[in-house]
Amino acid sequence: MAQPTLFDKSQPGKRCTQMPSAAMAAEEFLPADQLRAEAPRLPELSEPEIARHYARLAGQNFNVDANFYPLGSCTMKYNPKVHEEIAGAAGFSRLHPSAPDECAQGALRLMRELETWLAQILGMDAVSLQPPAGAAGEFTSLRVFRAWHDSRGDTKRTRVIVPDTAHGTNPASVARCGWDVTVLKSGEDGRVAPEALADALGDDVAALMLTNPSTLGLFETRVLEVNAMVHEAGGLVYCDGANMNALLGHARPGDMGFDAVHVNLHKTFSTPHGGGGPGAGPIGVVAKLEPFLPSPRIVERGGALAWDWDRPESIGKVQAWFGNFLVAVRAWAYIQANGGEGLRQVARDAVLAANYIRASLQETWDLPYPGVCMHECVLSAKTLKNATGIRAADVAKRLLDYGIHPPTMYFPLIVEEALMIEPTETESKAAMDYFIEMMQEIAQDAAGRPDLLHEAPHETPVRRVDEVAAARKPILRWREE
Amino acid sequence: MDFPEDRKYAQTHEWAKAEGDVVRVGLTSFALEQLGDIIYLDLPEEGTAVEQGVPFGEIESVKAVGELISPVTGEITEVNEAMMDDLDALADDPWEAGWLLVIAPADLSQLDGLMDAAAYAEHCEKEA
Repeated sequence: MAQPTLFDKSQPGKRCTQMPSAAMAAEEFLPADQLRAEAPRLPELSEPEIARHYARLAGQNFNVDANFYPLGSCTMKYNPKVHEEIAGAAGFSRLHPSAPDECAQGALRLMRELETWLAQILGMDAVSLQPPAGAAGEFTSLRVFRAWHDSRGDTKRTRVIVPDTAHGTNPASVARCGWDVTVLKSGEDGRVAPEALADALGDDVAALMLTNPSTLGLFETRVLEVNAMVHEAGGLVYCDGANMNALLGHARPGDMGFDAVHVNLHKTFSTPHGGGGPGAGPIGVVAKLEPFLPSPRIVERGGALAWDWDRPESIGKVQAWFGNFLVAVRAWAYIQANGGEGLRQVARDAVLAANYIRASLQETWDLPYPGVCMHECVLSAKTLKNATGIRAADVAKRLLDYGIHPPTMYFPLIVEEALMIEPTETESKAAMDYFIEMMQEIAQDAAGRPDLLHEAPHETPVRRVDEVAAARKPILRWREE
Repeated sequence: MDFPEDRKYAQTHEWAKAEGDVVRVGLTSFALEQLGDIIYLDLPEEGTAVEQGVPFGEIESVKAVGELISPVTGEITEVNEAMMDDLDALADDPWEAGWLLVIAPADLSQLDGLMDAAAYAEHCEKEA
């Protein structure tokens, strides 16, 4: 159903606010060249009309407050509402970012505490809260690696090894850093094969980027051996910590031999995301990399906290001000509320939930990499597709009719017709049972009523969109006809 | 799976067909089926040097982005501009109208190292 825009609803003369008429006409006090020749073409509506317009659109939004959202690798856990209250406190939300340090001691203390806690959770020596997203954390870490190599006069290293299961942002970050990507083919079990890594390593390798657990939801069981090999060859190892939800309080990237790691506050630490942010991708690094972290850093001076800008080896700023501060506030609140044992339970429940779904669906759907998974499981619709012509995309669209957000599809790339399911720890057994039941029903309908799936979704405000036309001939903004 | 026998095939699913002194290059129907609907194609310009085994362009579908890898070393002498305006031709007719490039190879015998239709069919069976 096409939704009329505010422009469609506009009626000349309607206003939200009636301004008193000005004592002077604009022509009397503004220079002629500063006056508009014609009025701006803005929609004209009353305030209730605008409020209802947006409230209605908001009601059509598919969101984690309303629906199960098992979007793999995105950790769409429920975000406690108390975080909003804390982040909305005037002392945080109305603090000016350039307030003098002595007027911002509370905010500095919160950031300092969050840095310390994240360092403990990640097993790292120092943390920067500045990167505003996961990919920004990757990029920042690679720049830190590069600064470290450069500081030792080692400028021949231009290659970064990235497994074929990696998030697409990994190779993109490498390219943005001015380096070249070497793709590493995963072993039979979906994990990094040290034998293949040995062939890829060399004295021109700057780093390995490794996601643990991987995007297949598998723990990299040979991570110690793998990381030691990279160090032996003079490279550094970066941990894509997007899947940290599986490890909280049980295993630490620092103990696995990683030199840097990013963590998504907007995934693991339960700050809202989707719709473009804001997110936060703090990075943790080992001590030898600390001098290169983004500036400024929080330091203690004369019993108070202060920003230290005098950091000659720093790669500089990677984000305006100090990162997305109010996201940090929510993450601080989440850690404070859960405590150490609470965070450990988060990981246990997240892994248990993913395995419950895996075990319940692995008879009906393909499970290309069998066995116990971590926080997510990757199923495949390959057998279903070969038998019925129903593809992963059709399954995803049909789930929308049942009020379930689709899993991540067609990723990781090494799994054909992939459906990557991450329930997170915040879903009830009843919610997961409903999902499992609907997945079984879809598998049956694929054989019995395939048209129902080809034409899905049927119940959503917008039916199936033409993705090909949208990508080839995008209409990126509204135009007056 | 049946593939035309008048050309050679790379493991990365490009076909290479010798036409006199030059080599015409395209993507196989198997690759296009795997990719799904194509939404974007990035090809280099005429005159660009290409190297066997090295990417020369990118292809993007609704599912994924893939690299296009040159089956021979040489210089590009022709790019299928007409097809760029109508990407459906790529999937509709990958063996003829949907060709990508013509390359003047440095050494035509590089084609001997590629797979024939039967070997390629076997390669695809394994991947399917």
